[in-house]
Amino acid sequence: MSKFTKVLKDSYFDSVTLMSLSAKIKKETKASEVTVLMATDMNKDLISKVGLGTDDVLNAGQNDCVIGVACDGDAEEIVNRIVKELEDGNNQKKEKKEVVYHTQAQFYKEEDPNIVVISAPGKYAAREAKIALENGKHVMLFSDNVTEEEELSLKQLACEKELLLMGPDCGTTILNGVGLCFANNVTRGNIGIVGASGTGLQEVTVLIDKQGGGISQALGVGGRDLHSEIGGLMTMQCMKALDQDEQTSTIVVVSKPPASDVEEKVVQLARTLSKPVVLIFIDGQPREDENGVYYCSKLSEGACKAVEVTNHSLKTSFDLSSDVLDVCAREQSKLTPNQKYLRALYCGGTLCSEALSITRGVLKKVKSNLAKKEEEKLSDPLVSEYNTIIDMGDDFFTNGKPHPMIEPSIRLDRIVQEAKDPTTAVILLDFELGYGSHDDPVGITIDAIQEARQIAENEGRYLVFVAYICGTEKEKQSYTTAKKLLEENSVIVTNTNEQAATLAVNVCKEVQ
Amino acid sequence: MKINELFGKDLYVVNIGSPTFLKDLDSQNVKYENLEWAPPAHGDVELIKVLDKLERHKEEIDKANDEVVAKVKAAQGKLVDCKKAIDAIPGMKPNMILHSGPVQDWEHMADPQKGAVLGAIVFEGWASTVEEAEEYLKTHEIIFSPNHHLNSVGPMAGVVSPSMPVHVLYDEVNDTYAYCPLNEGLGGVLRFGKNTPDVIERLLWMKNDFMPVLAEALKICGGIDVRNIIMQALNMGDECHNRNKAATSLFFREITIPIMKTSFPEEQKEKALAFITNNEHYFLNLSMPYCKLAQLAGTGVKNASIVTIMSRNGYEFGIKISCLPDEWFVAPALMVKGLYFPGYSEEDAAPDLGDSCITETNGIGGFAMAASPAIVKFVGGTVADAFNYSQSMQEITWSNNPNFTLPALDFKPSALGIDIRKVIESGVLPIINSGIAHKKAGIGQIGAGLVTPPFECFRKAIIAFADQFED
Repeated sequence: MSKFTKVLKDSYFDSVTLMSLSAKIKKETKASEVTVLMATDMNKDLISKVGLGTDDVLNAGQNDCVIGVACDGDAEEIVNRIVKELEDGNNQKKEKKEVVYHTQAQFYKEEDPNIVVISAPGKYAAREAKIALENGKHVMLFSDNVTEEEELSLKQLACEKELLLMGPDCGTTILNGVGLCFANNVTRGNIGIVGASGTGLQEVTVLIDKQGGGISQALGVGGRDLHSEIGGLMTMQCMKALDQDEQTSTIVVVSKPPASDVEEKVVQLARTLSKPVVLIFIDGQPREDENGVYYCSKLSEGACKAVEVTNHSLKTSFDLSSDVLDVCAREQSKLTPNQKYLRALYCGGTLCSEALSITRGVLKKVKSNLAKKEEEKLSDPLVSEYNTIIDMGDDFFTNGKPHPMIEPSIRLDRIVQEAKDPTTAVILLDFELGYGSHDDPVGITIDAIQEARQIAENEGRYLVFVAYICGTEKEKQSYTTAKKLLEENSVIVTNTNEQAATLAVNVCKEVQ
Repeated sequence: MKINELFGKDLYVVNIGSPTFLKDLDSQNVKYENLEWAPPAHGDVELIKVLDKLERHKEEIDKANDEVVAKVKAAQGKLVDCKKAIDAIPGMKPNMILHSGPVQDWEHMADPQKGAVLGAIVFEGWASTVEEAEEYLKTHEIIFSPNHHLNSVGPMAGVVSPSMPVHVLYDEVNDTYAYCPLNEGLGGVLRFGKNTPDVIERLLWMKNDFMPVLAEALKICGGIDVRNIIMQALNMGDECHNRNKAATSLFFREITIPIMKTSFPEEQKEKALAFITNNEHYFLNLSMPYCKLAQLAGTGVKNASIVTIMSRNGYEFGIKISCLPDEWFVAPALMVKGLYFPGYSEEDAAPDLGDSCITETNGIGGFAMAASPAIVKFVGGTVADAFNYSQSMQEITWSNNPNFTLPALDFKPSALGIDIRKVIESGVLPIINSGIAHKKAGIGQIGAGLVTPPFECFRKAIIAFADQFED
């Protein structure tokens, strides 16, 4: 055991500085005793008690700092280090102060934000949303598991206060050109959208962008807004706001088919607005267009209609070009007789619904984890049967994990699994680019696609891959690179989700 | 429509929950604040219901709380006398011993508090040794009472026996008094449970020699404004709980001439002055009773959800709220996290002890840590942490106190009036600067650090509080 003491004459240090320094040194060096103290009588007693009361120490005065170390190694070295730290300590950089806020109430005392994005767990989310609304803040409620009763009372409060309550379970909004949560980098323009579905809203903004149109606002209102229980409160609130918005000249509403009473209310409102309204009720009953109100049942159809009524000519056609159809026919010819079925593995929920609806119209024996009809339900979401359309964003898969749009890797094993099934003919995939989404969803999927091809090849089969990339040329992830990478791997990439699904289904239709 | 006002404006986003989407707000150059959000009430669904119920009575509670903080801010505090407890404190009995914290009995008493009680018995002359004192306890009826029940406060063990001298503070606004024993200094002292002959001897000297000098000096000068000294000391690097250097110096400056003017022998006066100047914590035992007076002013306001007492006895932590002045809400005391003197570690520490967190209750001490950045090093933190502690206490208080300002935060007033609703809502607990006592009586202070009350105290308090309101 070596011991060493040193007295720094007339060196005053705050006792707290000394205590924290000795604790730090003791921890770092594991020395059995480290004392750094001003030499008061009481402190000299303490030092003596731990066996470091040398004459120097005992003779030191009140204004002297005494350092003592007892350790297995070199005590003097540690003492010198302490002296150095004491000297350096005086030159330490001042740290930047940073204020931390735990509650909305406290933050609003100091600052005046205008919108609150809430992704807290559902059972607390409604409460936070209420506090936000009561403080006059607009709310984007990303959280799910908010009850319909809570949603109703929040939306009533928001309507009363003329505020936005987007959500719950709302993943997409573009406000003043800013993408919140999942959103695409689309051209700004004069089409204002209200969407009761996440990727449906994304798809419409992207397709409008592709057709040369632009977006003023894209407001996600949550998938239940057009249920009877909510009565379309926020959809109609947003339609009215867009009607008054000088930057908006066309209003689009995107939703799964509303409850019939709600549909009537929305249609009634649309008729009274001063601007043309395109109502896209996905899979809805066809209706005759009337003066200023247009009905569409498909996302791409609605996007095109919106661009047209805003007096833009369409930049491109979303019909499947003959080139693609040729490629498709060629691919199809490579399938073996047993390869019959479509396997669609989706990250985007509404895109998945769209694919399901397209498939259902053409193929028999369609199964999905999204299905409501008994005969369409999958007995085990982990195992595909016949034509299977999977929404990987379903709670069953995401339980405790990030959504596949954020972390598409949860789909990789399933791609390989489908390749092992000798009846699989086509694998249909979607990729979402844009704010909130994974930095390189295609890149992390390529290995699995190649592995799948290899598995099939080893067993004398060929797999058709069809993909849709939801995104524009302006995204933070490069659309061009993603598309190129897929095509290099013989994946057929289409311009719309509808095209991708239609194409995939057509390949299977022939062989079935 | 308000929605249309938002269109075209720069967004300023508050994020609550997952930070996943923040990087894309960054990439779009959107201004945002990410709250350090946690589920309210530590996620306790029943407590959230209680909060929601209280929300429906917000108006009456808010009004009551306004009244509490107004009264607290207005309270004055002057040191007017130094007397024996039995002469000074109404309700003190000849066989009564006061202690810190909530209600306690001998059986469950923490060792340092036991040591102090035995020392007090010897000091009173009821027994001549500590061993005899233990016998005395078995054969005689001693009444134990929390200091707070008699408007007294005492640091650490907080033991006050009938003939111990106490500081007498007077609030002329409310015509109330509060009391506190005198600070014996650092090291082996009664408040840490030491009861050896040297400790008893010093206590006797304090009673026989010091008390009369101070009492006469206070008569000569007409009393000393303690609140005023706190106001100054907060601007001089003290937080008036764990650091009292500036305040003790200011007090010394005011008391010196009056002491010199007293009729006592020079040597006695010199010793009295030396006693004050050699103990940089002298002022703690003035800061505490001032805070007690201020909190007393805010006590007993119907519907008020403000904490008026926080206190611990080395066994349990207890709080009281303004509208339920007779009810303690207790839970097992926590351990202080901090730094230890050479030769000691956390294993040697007693659980959190003493009435001194009346200072935090009144918005100084840990709440004013930004005034005293040196203190934050106790927990190995930074100056920025000190600022954050003071800032974050604003989150759980109903108001702040313009009397107590924090120079480093641009003289922002210190947080005042702990609102149990806000504690439950935010999950943020009051931060307390504290000394650490050795778990064995008589060894003394072995370190200092930071501690909080247990959440459980606030849980119990808010349930009892909410019970007063209709559903």
